[in-house]
Amino acid sequence: MSNEIAILGAGMHPWGKWGHNFVEYGVAAAREALADAGVPWRDIRFVSGGATVRCGYPGYVAGATFAQALGWQGAEVNTSYAACASGSQALAAARNKIISGECDVALVVGADTTPKGFLAPAKGYRPEDPDWVRFYLGITNPTYFALYARRRMDLYGDTLADFAAVKVKNSKIGAHNPRARYKKVFSAEDVAASAMVADPLRLMDICATSDGGAALIVSSLDYARKIGRGDAPRVAAISTVTPTFASGVVEMPDIATDSAAAAGVEAIAYRSQIPVKAYEEAGIGPEDVDLAEVYDLSTALELDWIEDLMLAPRGEAAALLRAGDTAVGGRIPVNASGGLACFGEAVPAQALAQVCELTWQLRGEAGDRQVEGAKVGITANQGLFGHGSSVIIKR
Amino acid sequence: MSAKPHAPAIDGWHTMAAEPHLIGTRCEGCGTYFFPRQTHYCKNPNCDSTEFEDVELSRTGTLWSYTNACYKPPEPFVASDPFEPYAIAAVELDKEKMVVLGQVATGIGVEDLRVGMPMELVLEPLHETDEDIKVTWKWQPLAD
Repeated sequence: MSNEIAILGAGMHPWGKWGHNFVEYGVAAAREALADAGVPWRDIRFVSGGATVRCGYPGYVAGATFAQALGWQGAEVNTSYAACASGSQALAAARNKIISGECDVALVVGADTTPKGFLAPAKGYRPEDPDWVRFYLGITNPTYFALYARRRMDLYGDTLADFAAVKVKNSKIGAHNPRARYKKVFSAEDVAASAMVADPLRLMDICATSDGGAALIVSSLDYARKIGRGDAPRVAAISTVTPTFASGVVEMPDIATDSAAAAGVEAIAYRSQIPVKAYEEAGIGPEDVDLAEVYDLSTALELDWIEDLMLAPRGEAAALLRAGDTAVGGRIPVNASGGLACFGEAVPAQALAQVCELTWQLRGEAGDRQVEGAKVGITANQGLFGHGSSVIIKR
Repeated sequence: MSAKPHAPAIDGWHTMAAEPHLIGTRCEGCGTYFFPRQTHYCKNPNCDSTEFEDVELSRTGTLWSYTNACYKPPEPFVASDPFEPYAIAAVELDKEKMVVLGQVATGIGVEDLRVGMPMELVLEPLHETDEDIKVTWKWQPLAD
C-alpha cells in the first residue's frame, strides 16, 4: 500500500512584518490553497494546524482557530507544535488520517505573528528551562549559528566570502518571489558592510523573524484522480525523527551537549539524521533530487544542510556554491524560493512554505524562479528541543 | 562593581572556589555525565537508572568553537549600560566527553581565540542586584 498523498493546492500569505493577527495570514493562505485545489471548504474533513506559541490561546489551538475563522463546518481538527517542524508534523497528521481512510481531503495550515528583535523565553527565575538559562547567560540563537559557521571555517576552509555568496545567490532569486519579504538584490559588499552580530556572522548572514502564513490541500490519490488531478505532486516522505544520544554538537537551546562518556559519541549530527528516514521512505537517494529547500537560518547553515542532505560530500558544499551548482540553472538548486534569507522565519508556517515552493516548482509554475524539469524536491529544517523535519515531494 | 557579597547567578551549578568547577552529576548505572545536574532519570537510551552522584567536572578543556555577542540579548539577560560585547566559547571536556558553553572572561575577544586551544574555567560577575553580585562561570585561555 502506498504511503503517498496528493498535494492539490498550495497557498501563502506574503511574508513580512505586517503586525496583523496571525489568523488573517492563515485564512488568506488557506483560501488561496482551496482555490488552487478547486476544493470547496465544506468538503475538507480534517483541519491540521501548526501552532504558534507567541499569539496566546488561539495560537495553541491553531487548528480549531483556523477552522472557526473559515467557518465551523464539522471537520475534525488537530494542532501540532514542533518548533520549526510544526508544519511537517501537521502535514504528517493529515497524511495519517488520509492513509488510514478516515478522510479524503484535508487542509494543513500554519501562520505566525512575530515580535521585533530576538525571540525571548518566558519570564521568571526558571533555571530548569534550558531556554531561560542560555538567555540569562547571554547566549542567543545567532550564537549557535556562529559556532557552527566558525567550525566550517576551521575544518573545511570556508571563508566569509563563501557565506556572503549564499546571501547574494538567495537574494538574487528571491527578488523574483512575490511572496518573499526581502526582494532587494544584495552584493557581497553589502553583506560585508552590514553590522557584525555574532562573529563571523553579520546581520545579512542571519535570517530575521517574519509574519506569514502557508497552507496545503492534501488528499488521497483516489480523490485526486476522481477530481481529475491524478498528476498532482505527491508527498513521498515525511521525516520527523528525534536526535540520537549522545550528540556531539551543541544544539539550541542547550548550554551543553550530551556526555558521550558512556554511550559513545553519535558520529553524525542531528541535522544529517533527519533526511535519512525521508530518503528511505521515498525509496530514493540524493542523486534523484532536482532541488532542495533548506533552513538557512544563517548563510553558513545552508552549506551545512547541503552536506546533511548528501547533495555534496562533507566539507564540499562551498565548492558546489562557488561552481554555481546551487543556483537556479545549476546542477542542484538550493533555496530557489530565496530561502529564509529572503523570507525571514515564520516558525509554524515555514516548513509548509518550503513544501508550497516545491509544489509550484514541480508543477512548472515558479515563473522566473523555475527549476527546469524538476521532478523531485526535498525540504529540511531544524528547530529547538530536537525537532526537525524533511519532506520529499515528487511528481 | 561594589563591595557587595558574591553569590552564584544560578544556585548549585558551580563551586565558588578560586579554581572553580562546574557541578554536574554522574549516572551510577552507566557513567554518563550531566550538566546541568540530572538527578531523576538518565538520558542514555540504554540506561534506566535513577541513581546519580554529584561530581565536579573538569575545569579545563579544548576550544571547540567560539563567537561573540555584539548586540544586547533580551531578558532575562541583565545587560551593563552601556552594553559591552563579550566573546562566547564552546569548550570540549575530555573526560566527560561533552561540550559546555559559556561567556569568555572580560577583556578577551574573538581575535584572541583559536579552535583547539586549551581553556580553563573562571568565575566572573554576570550582573548586580540590590543585595549581591551575581557571578557565573566563564572560559578563558589556559595560562602557560
